[in-house]
Amino acid sequence: MAGSVLSIKDLQVEIEGKQILKGVDIEVKGGEIHAIMGPNGTGKSTLSSSIMGHPKYEVTNGTITLDGEDVLEMEVDERARAGLFLAMQYPSEISGVTNADFLRSALNSRLGEGNEISLMKFIRKMDKQMEFLEMDLDMAQRYLNEGFSGGEKKRNEILQLMMLEPKIAILDEIDSGLDIDALKVVSKGINQMRGEDFGCLIITHYQRLLDYITPDYVHVMMQGRIVKSGGPELAQRLEAEGYDWIKKELGIEDETVGQEA
Amino acid sequence: MTTETKWAFDQEYITSFSKEMNEPEWLTELRVQSLAKAEDLSMPRPDKTKIDKWNFTQFEKLLVKSDVFSSIDELPEDVKALVDLEAKDSSLYVQRNNKPAYLQLSKEMQEQGVIFTDIFTAAREYSDLLKKYFMTAVKTDEHRLTALHTAFMNGGAFLYVPKNVQIENPIQAIFLHDDAEANLFNHVLVVAEDNSSVTYVENYISTTGKVNGLVNIVTEAITGQNAKIQYGAVDTLAEGITTYVNRRGHAGRDSRIEWALGMMNDGNTISENTTNLVGDGSYGDTKTVVVGRGEQTQNFTTAIIHFGKNSEGYILKHGVVKDSATSIFNGIGKIEHGASKSNAEQESRVLMLSEKARGDANPILLIDEDDVTAGHAASVGRVDPLQLYYLMSRGIPKHEAERLVIHGFLAPVVNELPIEGVKKQLVEVIERKVK
Repeated sequence: MAGSVLSIKDLQVEIEGKQILKGVDIEVKGGEIHAIMGPNGTGKSTLSSSIMGHPKYEVTNGTITLDGEDVLEMEVDERARAGLFLAMQYPSEISGVTNADFLRSALNSRLGEGNEISLMKFIRKMDKQMEFLEMDLDMAQRYLNEGFSGGEKKRNEILQLMMLEPKIAILDEIDSGLDIDALKVVSKGINQMRGEDFGCLIITHYQRLLDYITPDYVHVMMQGRIVKSGGPELAQRLEAEGYDWIKKELGIEDETVGQEA
Repeated sequence: MTTETKWAFDQEYITSFSKEMNEPEWLTELRVQSLAKAEDLSMPRPDKTKIDKWNFTQFEKLLVKSDVFSSIDELPEDVKALVDLEAKDSSLYVQRNNKPAYLQLSKEMQEQGVIFTDIFTAAREYSDLLKKYFMTAVKTDEHRLTALHTAFMNGGAFLYVPKNVQIENPIQAIFLHDDAEANLFNHVLVVAEDNSSVTYVENYISTTGKVNGLVNIVTEAITGQNAKIQYGAVDTLAEGITTYVNRRGHAGRDSRIEWALGMMNDGNTISENTTNLVGDGSYGDTKTVVVGRGEQTQNFTTAIIHFGKNSEGYILKHGVVKDSATSIFNGIGKIEHGASKSNAEQESRVLMLSEKARGDANPILLIDEDDVTAGHAASVGRVDPLQLYYLMSRGIPKHEAERLVIHGFLAPVVNELPIEGVKKQLVEVIERKVK
């Protein structure tokens, strides 16, 4: 079976009454890696949060479908079980719930009643992925994200990605705050997932991450829209020349959206 | 107006009851005096809860007849679940309503001269020892309920650890309430003499379903110099039982008293848990978890009172309130004049799960000494929507996500309980109550 298709059409989103996304169109298919780049405040994180169903964001127009199913009609957990995953920029800390208990609960909710993973099998799988991500095995028994460093949190997001094996993953600034070694490990995890059945949307400011994960498509976001798309060469040009040439080309003065001057 | 006695049982009854139990004279006298005083004493006044319509005093039976259990196999399943049946050398007391129903003592304990028995046997066989400590940490004339407790005491346990004795395995007591007509006036006295240490865990468990009854519990935990008591309790008394429970610690010099309390009653409950840090360098730690549900009203006052210099007190309370239940959390850190270099810390957190639930966290610091440190934190709130979003974004359904957050919220106390079966039971009770 071919991979899944996440299709976003004319997506418009408000937060607290302020419009942030002004009509985003993008399609991510299994086997493809897309990168969305752009300066701060252009709507990139709003896009990722809206796809997952963050309670603060209100979709006012447009559609999001996964394999033809209306994602906007789904609750957050249903979106996840349908095959979406969002590696968050600021993962929540949950005291008293161990990483392992949380992940097993998440995995079992996907597998459904009667198909739960055995504890032994789960532990083996988790140990294996933690070793792959060069994580301390003690982290399985620590409380979810509590007291984790920035880098540990990001690794933990990738661990969840690898354990849950979604059809389409969105990575929201997974590279921010990472040193080069951690960046390499995180990239290794994402590259490990690459395959026909896995599509990925990477949101980042920096070309840096794309040195380790070569995208198939690169999009630039400004003023709540995708203003330019291309191949990996686009990312390289942005790295070399910055964003000013795009602004000039499109006649944009202020690339941000929904921000007070 | 009627002139007959205010209580269901008069002096004559109490005297003959005491004699029947072969109690020493001092106890009979104390009971009679307490009964006489009760009338003039006022009711306790828990802060922010009105209890004048609660029934703490009127009841029909002081004793119900219950059978003993001749072996551990005979224990009801609900009780068995609390006991570590695999344990090699464990100590267990089971009381059925008012009846001492089963006792098993470990070799470890017996060899070292530890006393663990029901309160009636203690009165008969260890009269002097009991007299030395009984109703000393809690005074019989503090208020009407402590006086009635003394007069009507109809059950309980006595645990005495001699000097320099360290008991490794937890000692367990289970107070089974399986007769709808039973009322408990239960007294638990735990004494750890100088340089000794012990862990004691108790369960109050109802298997009756909804009843109409009352429970009046007084616990005294007393440590000598450099001694340590770890005291765990899980209360699961049935709906319809009005409970007054007073668990008090009296800590000697350089000693430690640590409480882990799971307050899971389904009826209206007034709980007082005070630790008096009397000796210099003494240490008190109280962790409490609470779930309120249905229509119940509960009031939990936790206090640590510093008398000794360099004493340290820590209060942690986490409560969940749902349906139209009311839970009041009063936390008191009090540092008396002279208790210099002491530290009083407290934290109360209340999680509200429904619109109609009421929760109130009142941190109080009363400090009468300059050279001290103290701190408090309190919050009343709902489940964090961003935490739910995060968990749900991994595919976990909302109710399961809430369950995880609540379990996590209550974990600090659950994890403190030293007996696996009791811990498991508390988790299950929490599960059932928050569902």
